[in-house]
Amino acid sequence: MADPNGKGNGSGEPPVLEISGLRLSYYTRAGEVPAVMDFDLTIAKGESVGLVGESGCGKSTVANGIMRYMGKNGGIVGGTIKFQGRDMAELSEEEIRRVRGKDIAMIYQEPMAALNPSLTIAAQLMEVPMIHEGVSEEEAFQRSFDMLAAVNIPDPKRLMDSYPHQVSGGQQQRVVIAMALLSKPALLLLDEPTTALDVTVEAGIVELIAELSKESGASLLYISHNLGLMLEVCDRICVMYSGEVVEEGHIDSIFSWPKHPYTHGLFGCIPLPHADKNARPLAAIKGQLPLPHQRPKGCYFGPRCESFQAGRCDADHIPMEDVHTDDDPAHRVRCLRWNEIDHDAVVSNETTREPIEVGDTVLEVDNMRKYYDVKESTLATLISREAVRQVKANESISFDAGEGETVAIVGESGCGKSTFAKVLMGLETATDGEVRLDGTDLGSIEVKKRTPEQLASLQMVFQNPNDTLNPSHSVGYQIGRVIKRFGIESDPAKIQDRVHKLLDTVKLPRAFAARKPRQLSGGQKQRVGIARAFAGNPKTVIADEPISALDVSVAAAVTELLMDIQREHRTTLLFISHDLSAVRYLSDRVVVMYLGQIMERGTTEEVFAPPYHPYTEALLSAVPIADPEVEKRRIVLEGNLPSPLDPPKGCPFSTRCQRKVGSICDDEPPPVRLDTEGHSIACHIPLEELREVEPVITIPDRDLEATT
Amino acid sequence: MPQLIMRRIGMMILIMLTVALLLFLMNEGDPRLIARSVLGPYAQDQQLDAWIVQHGYDRHILVRYVEWIGRVMSGDLGDSIIYKRPVNEIFWDRLGNTGILAGVTFVVMVIVALTLGVLAGMKEGSTQDRVISVFSITTTSIPEYASAVLLAWIFVFTLGWLPGTSSMTSGFNVVELILPVMVLTLYGFGYVARMTRASMAEVMTNPYIRTAMLKGLPYRHIIMKHALRNALIAPFTVIMLQINWLLSGVVVTEFAFGYKGFGALLLEAALRRDIFVIEACGTAAVFVAVFTQTIGDLGYTYLNPRIRFK
Amino acid sequence: MATSTTDAPLVRPDSTIVNAVKAVALLRESPVGLFGALIVLFFVLLAIFAPLVSPFDPNATILPFAFPGTAAPDGGVFLFGTDHLGRDILSRIIWGGQRVLFYATVATISAYIVGIIMGLAAGYFRGYLDEIISFFANVILSFPIMVLYVLIIAKVGASGLNIIFAVVFASSPGIMRIVRGVTMDIATRDYIAASQTRGEGPWYIMLVEILPNARSPLIVDFCLRMGYTTITIGALGFLGLGLPPPDPDWGGMITETRAFVTGGFPHMAILPACAVSLLVLGFNLLADGLREVSLKD
Ligand SMILES: Nc1ncnc2c1ncn2[C@@H]1O[C@H](COP(=O)(O)OP(=O)(O)OP(=O)(O)O)[C@@H](O)[C@H]1O
Ligand code: SF4
Ligand code: SF4
Ligand SMILES: [Mg+2]
Repeated sequence: MADPNGKGNGSGEPPVLEISGLRLSYYTRAGEVPAVMDFDLTIAKGESVGLVGESGCGKSTVANGIMRYMGKNGGIVGGTIKFQGRDMAELSEEEIRRVRGKDIAMIYQEPMAALNPSLTIAAQLMEVPMIHEGVSEEEAFQRSFDMLAAVNIPDPKRLMDSYPHQVSGGQQQRVVIAMALLSKPALLLLDEPTTALDVTVEAGIVELIAELSKESGASLLYISHNLGLMLEVCDRICVMYSGEVVEEGHIDSIFSWPKHPYTHGLFGCIPLPHADKNARPLAAIKGQLPLPHQRPKGCYFGPRCESFQAGRCDADHIPMEDVHTDDDPAHRVRCLRWNEIDHDAVVSNETTREPIEVGDTVLEVDNMRKYYDVKESTLATLISREAVRQVKANESISFDAGEGETVAIVGESGCGKSTFAKVLMGLETATDGEVRLDGTDLGSIEVKKRTPEQLASLQMVFQNPNDTLNPSHSVGYQIGRVIKRFGIESDPAKIQDRVHKLLDTVKLPRAFAARKPRQLSGGQKQRVGIARAFAGNPKTVIADEPISALDVSVAAAVTELLMDIQREHRTTLLFISHDLSAVRYLSDRVVVMYLGQIMERGTTEEVFAPPYHPYTEALLSAVPIADPEVEKRRIVLEGNLPSPLDPPKGCPFSTRCQRKVGSICDDEPPPVRLDTEGHSIACHIPLEELREVEPVITIPDRDLEATT
Repeated sequence: MPQLIMRRIGMMILIMLTVALLLFLMNEGDPRLIARSVLGPYAQDQQLDAWIVQHGYDRHILVRYVEWIGRVMSGDLGDSIIYKRPVNEIFWDRLGNTGILAGVTFVVMVIVALTLGVLAGMKEGSTQDRVISVFSITTTSIPEYASAVLLAWIFVFTLGWLPGTSSMTSGFNVVELILPVMVLTLYGFGYVARMTRASMAEVMTNPYIRTAMLKGLPYRHIIMKHALRNALIAPFTVIMLQINWLLSGVVVTEFAFGYKGFGALLLEAALRRDIFVIEACGTAAVFVAVFTQTIGDLGYTYLNPRIRFK
Repeated sequence: MATSTTDAPLVRPDSTIVNAVKAVALLRESPVGLFGALIVLFFVLLAIFAPLVSPFDPNATILPFAFPGTAAPDGGVFLFGTDHLGRDILSRIIWGGQRVLFYATVATISAYIVGIIMGLAAGYFRGYLDEIISFFANVILSFPIMVLYVLIIAKVGASGLNIIFAVVFASSPGIMRIVRGVTMDIATRDYIAASQTRGEGPWYIMLVEILPNARSPLIVDFCLRMGYTTITIGALGFLGLGLPPPDPDWGGMITETRAFVTGGFPHMAILPACAVSLLVLGFNLLADGLREVSLKD
């Protein structure tokens, strides 16, 4: 298949990788799990191909299949994988070993886990050229050293002698990348290489990968669940669904003219910059990914597809079809009805909602501080007994929220978001300042001392779906217990009735009351978590990253659900997140935090437009946006998040700030400058100057028909 | 690191002192009982009282405790009631004998256990693994006193290869050591082997082993350089703890074979209420156990770079 | 929709026993574990039906030094032979098994109750309570265990109750450590935070929210400990510190007759040795099977 848009394919060279009809299975005690079905993929020399799809659709399995490393219970059932023209199945174990790490290298999601904890980084790097090319130790050292420098590691010498746990996550990932590139592989497989990293760190790694792929001439298979990232790295993408490719093509044509209802659906789920919770709500895809051994007949996407046509879509297995467009002859799709569907209609969500009227102030946070004492156990401190250092997890947090309002708290890991939630919930008490709910200061009352009304009026939705429910008890018991505790009902029959109503509210079948959490999917568990939080009619709900562990299509549904219930109950919602896209989409006001301090605060429009705080600006730029027409100014931050144990003396952001004005930033805490009544920025740069800054994101002027 | 070592050693001393206090309370808590065991069952009450005053047993228990600690530290373990001799004269020989038995067993056991454990854990679920696992579970299920009679039946009665007792009446004899070592090893190695296997198997499922595989390193290199180093950290602690278990087994085994070690001495003393011998044996046993455990803990932190370079 | 199937779980949580039974039911996945379970079951049945299945009075002296298979004077056969005092070894093994199983079970369960309470409290409350509990656990665990038993039994005397006491004293610290570790891990889960934020008390959280989730490691450990307690009771009998004679006790049987092993009557000591090993093997295989099954899930 010719691909005029691919790089370096003009000379008629054979493709680097040619997969056809690949079938991969796992063997479990429940039987065979056909994880990947009829998978075809061709990667030309120097080309970067993205593989995108939801969790469990088989992306990692494909990568492992290419490496012929399927683990103990996996196997290649059918199809061929040709690497540089050679059929991998015909290679001996020893030949495959020599291909691995030399010609095909892999980069993984969790860099910390991928590195051996008890070998130095030097040892782990050097063994690659020493074993594959038999070079001397000196040369291996030199090459490793140079490679670390090439992946922009500031102090390679020090790093070489370090153990993996001594360096930050971003640097670990750079080490893994360096390790992969050491033997100049022809093909690089990247399996979600940035998913475990903070956005600003991710931005740096993505830029590095894009650069390296250009320089080294290696072909790339970039696996991710994030369409936005694809846009920054790939030439071509394959959209995977339930073990097979459903649509593939050049990146521009997929983003501009998606043909498969699933691809459409994915775009509808992503809170793009022009989405709006009232005027243009997200359109979640109904249902969820089928398990590999429960795939429906015909089109695997059938049960979730809005264009499903009985008799046709559920008859035979759907083949891939060429979409003959002039721009991209390689665009192919696995849908019977791709040229019957009205592609404009599929995207736009007709439902609009009335904006919520924000009521009286419910929650006031006033100069709240939370310091943790960290005990140190050095000999000196053991004797002097002055063993405590303080971590300032929250430093003078002030803001308020009205009835029915959504306030987002954004920031990267370690910025103190979760500490703040804990103080609010009473799991920790504030060191100083007040947190008033309806006028009563709760900040100093720990949870044990709160009255049932106080407890009921402030509830929480947790981040990790697998952790939010007790695996030993049924869903019904866990919701019912809340109802009983808060004294809403005491009669078992009435409790049960209410549990059923709550399940209705979160759109789960009533029969789920008898289920154990392990029988639920991640999204369903999150729904139960929401039902539990709303069981006592709370005034305020704190949602701590409620959707960050969910797949896009599920996340969209959970987000919409959360907002519907909030709207109905006029609940104040504190939405804690690291995801600026989601925040922009659903919040009325935003608080941006960094290392425990508020950097910027204001309404969503104010925060997302100049004047920006330099950190907000960097954060905005770092968020990948799955829309090729949105223009973005690129700001890549240097360095890593400082340890909260040892924050910079002046402005917390001074070690990484792209607009740092000088030593004043290092030495003096920045003043809080008021732009408007509710919009404040903590920075040494005067507001006038910040107002001059160009917007980071430029959304093209488009009407509602959007992607056509 | 240095402060960690200091802390562990401090803890060790504290535990030793508490254990000593427990032993002391158990044995010397009631002065009349001591007087009774020293003077025999026919002594009159007045005689007991006189003895108590004469030997300072009328003073507060803590005073006596501190004094006793001082005496033990200076090497005075008191006199044996049964043997009517200083405990020092009997005790150290016995401890030395146990040292030989336990030392030989330890070496044999560690070699067997680590080899089998690594072989099994390398390929979890393979036939090799299953055979080794079932074998080690089976041997761990045969307590020392059961294997003592079983092995005696085989090697002494049926085959006639080995002597049935190990009292070493005519001087040290290696042949007499074989059965006790076999008994102790058979029961003890399984635990270490299974821990090693578990640790090895756990390491083999780690993503960094996958990294090493996909780097194209040869299998041998992966096992030797990437897996073993991590896999042996956890068993190290277990091996050091095993010394504690070995001392346990020694009591039974020495009794079974009439071996003149400290376990047999302790048993005899306990049955006949030979107070100072009990105290000496108890303290020594706990000292060895706590000491090796401390080494185990410190070794663990040393072997584990994640703790060493904090 | 409110069918009867959805009724029950709403009002009360699933009992730990139900969950434990489910875990055991999973054993069919592990042949080795199933084999262990059958061995244990065999001994349990023997113990329960001892009066019915035991061919002779275990303490009656009938015919000394009979080999296995010898016919008894008043009818019947000494399947396992008799000992030096002429008592039927099979009957003594059956009754001895009943005794061992009874004391091992009572002792282990008592140790579990103590260990679980200590471990939950130490792991959940942390702080000084934890330090104190952990310190004393360390003190006890630093005794070589047999030395500790010898010291305790020599002090308090050999009786069934004292053996139970000694087992509780010696093994509850180990149980406490396991429970403490699991508790500390589970206490960080979000569902614990959720129960705290609805105002649940500490004992509700420990017993209803935490303990059921600790069941897999505890069930495995329980089986191992049952085996180990069986060994211990035998060892005490062997050393002459065990359950008082003349009622049969496996360890005691071995020690009484072991002199005859090299004297031409090996069956007297070997058969009880096999019995104890087989029962322990059953517990160990069962534990191993349960562990394997719980890891698979
Ligand atoms: N070792 C295994 N044994 C059994 N089934 C497995 C195994 N590994 C993966 N699977 C199943 O195979 C399917 C594909 O899994 P895979 O890990 O390739 O998905 P993925 O697209 O990489 O997901 P994610 O985004 O979560 O990484 C899933 O249904 C998964 O449950
Ligand atoms: S084939 Fe039918 S069900 Fe499948 S995606 Fe196309 S329209 Fe939807
Ligand atoms: S105060 Fe200085 S370092 Fe901080 S954000 Fe402003 S310019 Fe950057
Ligand atoms: Mg994956």
